Amino acid sequence: MKLSRRTRAIAAVAGAASIAIIAAGCSPAADSGSEDGTVELTVATFNDFGYTDELLQEYMDENPNVTVVQNKAATSNDARANYFQKLGKKGLADVEAIEVDWLPEVMQYSDLLAEVPSGTADRWLDWKVDAATDADGRLIGYGTDIGPEGVCYRSDLFAAAGLPTDRESVAALLEGDWAKYFEVGAQYTATTGTAWFDSAGGTYQGMINQVEAAYEDPDSGDLIATDNAEVEDIYNQVLDASAAQSAHLGQWSDDWFAGLSNGAYATMLCPGWMLGVISGNAEGVTGWDVANVFPNGGGNWGGSYLTVPANGANVEEAQKLADWLTAPEQQIKAFVNAGTFPSQNDAYSDEALTGFVNEYFNNAPVGQIFTDRAKAVSVAPFKGEFYFQVNDAMQKALTRVEDGTQDKQASWDQWVSEVDAIG
Amino acid sequence: MTTTATAPPSSAERPDAPAGPPSQRTPKRIAFGHRLSRWDLKLSPYLYISPFFILFLVVGLFPIAYTAVISFMDWDLVRNSGTFIGFDQYVYVLTQPKFWIALRNTFSIFLLSSIPQLILAIFIAAMLDQNIRAKTFWRMGVLLPYVMAPVAVALIFSNMFGDKYGLVNTTLADLGISPVMWHSDAFASHIAIATMVNFRWTGYNTLILLAAMQAIPRDYYEAAAIDGASKFRQFTAITVPSLRPTLIFVIITSTIGGLQIFDEPRMYDQYGTGGADSQWLTITLYLYDIGWGQWNFGRAAALAWILFLIILAIGIINLLVTRRVVRDEGARSSLGRREQRAAARAARRDLRRAASSGTLADAPEPESAPESATDTPEAQR
Repeated sequence: MKLSRRTRAIAAVAGAASIAIIAAGCSPAADSGSEDGTVELTVATFNDFGYTDELLQEYMDENPNVTVVQNKAATSNDARANYFQKLGKKGLADVEAIEVDWLPEVMQYSDLLAEVPSGTADRWLDWKVDAATDADGRLIGYGTDIGPEGVCYRSDLFAAAGLPTDRESVAALLEGDWAKYFEVGAQYTATTGTAWFDSAGGTYQGMINQVEAAYEDPDSGDLIATDNAEVEDIYNQVLDASAAQSAHLGQWSDDWFAGLSNGAYATMLCPGWMLGVISGNAEGVTGWDVANVFPNGGGNWGGSYLTVPANGANVEEAQKLADWLTAPEQQIKAFVNAGTFPSQNDAYSDEALTGFVNEYFNNAPVGQIFTDRAKAVSVAPFKGEFYFQVNDAMQKALTRVEDGTQDKQASWDQWVSEVDAIG
Repeated sequence: MTTTATAPPSSAERPDAPAGPPSQRTPKRIAFGHRLSRWDLKLSPYLYISPFFILFLVVGLFPIAYTAVISFMDWDLVRNSGTFIGFDQYVYVLTQPKFWIALRNTFSIFLLSSIPQLILAIFIAAMLDQNIRAKTFWRMGVLLPYVMAPVAVALIFSNMFGDKYGLVNTTLADLGISPVMWHSDAFASHIAIATMVNFRWTGYNTLILLAAMQAIPRDYYEAAAIDGASKFRQFTAITVPSLRPTLIFVIITSTIGGLQIFDEPRMYDQYGTGGADSQWLTITLYLYDIGWGQWNFGRAAALAWILFLIILAIGIINLLVTRRVVRDEGARSSLGRREQRAAARAARRDLRRAASSGTLADAPEPESAPESATDTPEAQR
């Protein structure tokens, strides 16, 4: 009996210990600040911000009391899930990267983020600053990169279709509005019988990003998407063109990636960061080039910010780091590393940026091209609380028509009913 | 009689030994050591199983209850607060056409995966149960797909089921068959997803069924062989009936798994939201999209509870079917538990009636005393 009691006690301790271990595993890491003035700062990014170890080491050399550790999430979605689960609580990094796609959601909680110290705001493009400024006038995001859009095209396919192939002539050929772009496309498809652009969805994205208030009223935040004639016009225009001119390959699908190399489509709307996607997934294809033109003026797709959660352990040090990382000099280095195009005014006159040439795209001067494309962006579309959901439903509506699951009207009607159910 | 031992210890005075009337024992002081050992006997089993239940309480029951609370609220995840809105979230979910489509898809994928999978698993298990060379090699080979991460399986298969340049469609085109639109036709997408599930789980079920097959006494087969039964006849007349209890286990686990299918449909296209026309939107995928796509946790919690109730309902149906089928297989008695209880009650009624009429007043003690001991809690109910 005695033995049994002892073993029981051991079992009880073991059981309790196992629970304690699990509980300890769940609790966030201990605070990183300490008394001797040394600070460990964490930077959470996703995909590739171009923050290499060398770049971070530069900061540590300048500030010997600081160590910087970068945590990279695989995708923007992973980062988003993590961000909202921990925002306002504990566990976020000292500096957290966010993407414009979910910036509207972040803006609802702007009070939980530290404000960017005044005086730095004129570092960035106006519309980049405006998008991250809340109703109270607090700027909460340090702009990193933007996604000014040009047109990527396959010069070999253009040649086969009897179209000009050098990027200046292509820019001249496509100069104009969307009707012009689709007109050249009709000509191309008539000659070759193959597709002009990749998908209705990707093209729609380029078009809708030129509309100032597409889905929501900027003042009241009310949903206006279904009554907005501009949205319906774009919907009709892109689908009328897509019937003959689209390859019907939804962006990021396996077929779409295959199409990058097998010439399924001749052109694609191309933000700066797309160049890396193309060269990375269509190795060995020599035809891709990029033209300094975008239908209907300029357009921006994507981009990111750094934010500093207000309840972090080292807010002040984190702000200094975020400030340093988003200074033009560092952003240009990040651009050279990962193609993240700067959102900082001063970067555009920097030789390191404007002189940057991309070998894959037949040595296109992409630094200069995208600097011009960034300057051409005149509209900062308003994206409110429901932007993401409405746009997602719209992308599905376009896909339904491209798939042939529904006709244009039925798909529009379904989108309207889905949008009505939101909110 | 057996019920006495397992009956709840309702009174402290009750002796721990079930046999014999209490009045015959001479009361004596119980030493502390004795008391300890008695506690040891009574409490330690609970202590030993407590880690599981404490853990279950923390990571299982609490979240379930918390989910129920949130499902009645308009919940803000970041600020950790919400306003009570009653059944609105449930009403919203149940009135969404998407919910019913998701329910349809879930059942369709579940049936398309479970049924062929089970048939195939039984067949393969029967093959592996034969006298073949390199047994372990084949058995491990069958389990290999199960070892692969579901996401990896989904990635490979999604690539194969590409609409334009996928392996399956290019092969079909080479054979002169028109390609299948795997991502726009709902039924085709269900088949593609069910294929992934089958690829992964068939081997696992095969091994479980194989284990059950090996537990069947070999004499049956010998006797059947002597009687001149063919291999096929042996399979249908001996193997399949003997597998019933195991089959029920396999069916229940694959039902629960099938209704919660998530990885495969999520990885089926680049967006992971179930297709442009919700062709392969499953309940869990819909739940994920509401929760982590729209950050509407109140609504997601309501949907989670609806899914819970659906699984519970199907679980009960499963249980009822199980009871019917298993009864004549491995049960300790030929009667069901309810019938046993009814028979005992009838016997006691007879006994009491006989006792009150006086005919059995001088009946021997040992027979009636334990009966009445079990009778009292029954009567109090």
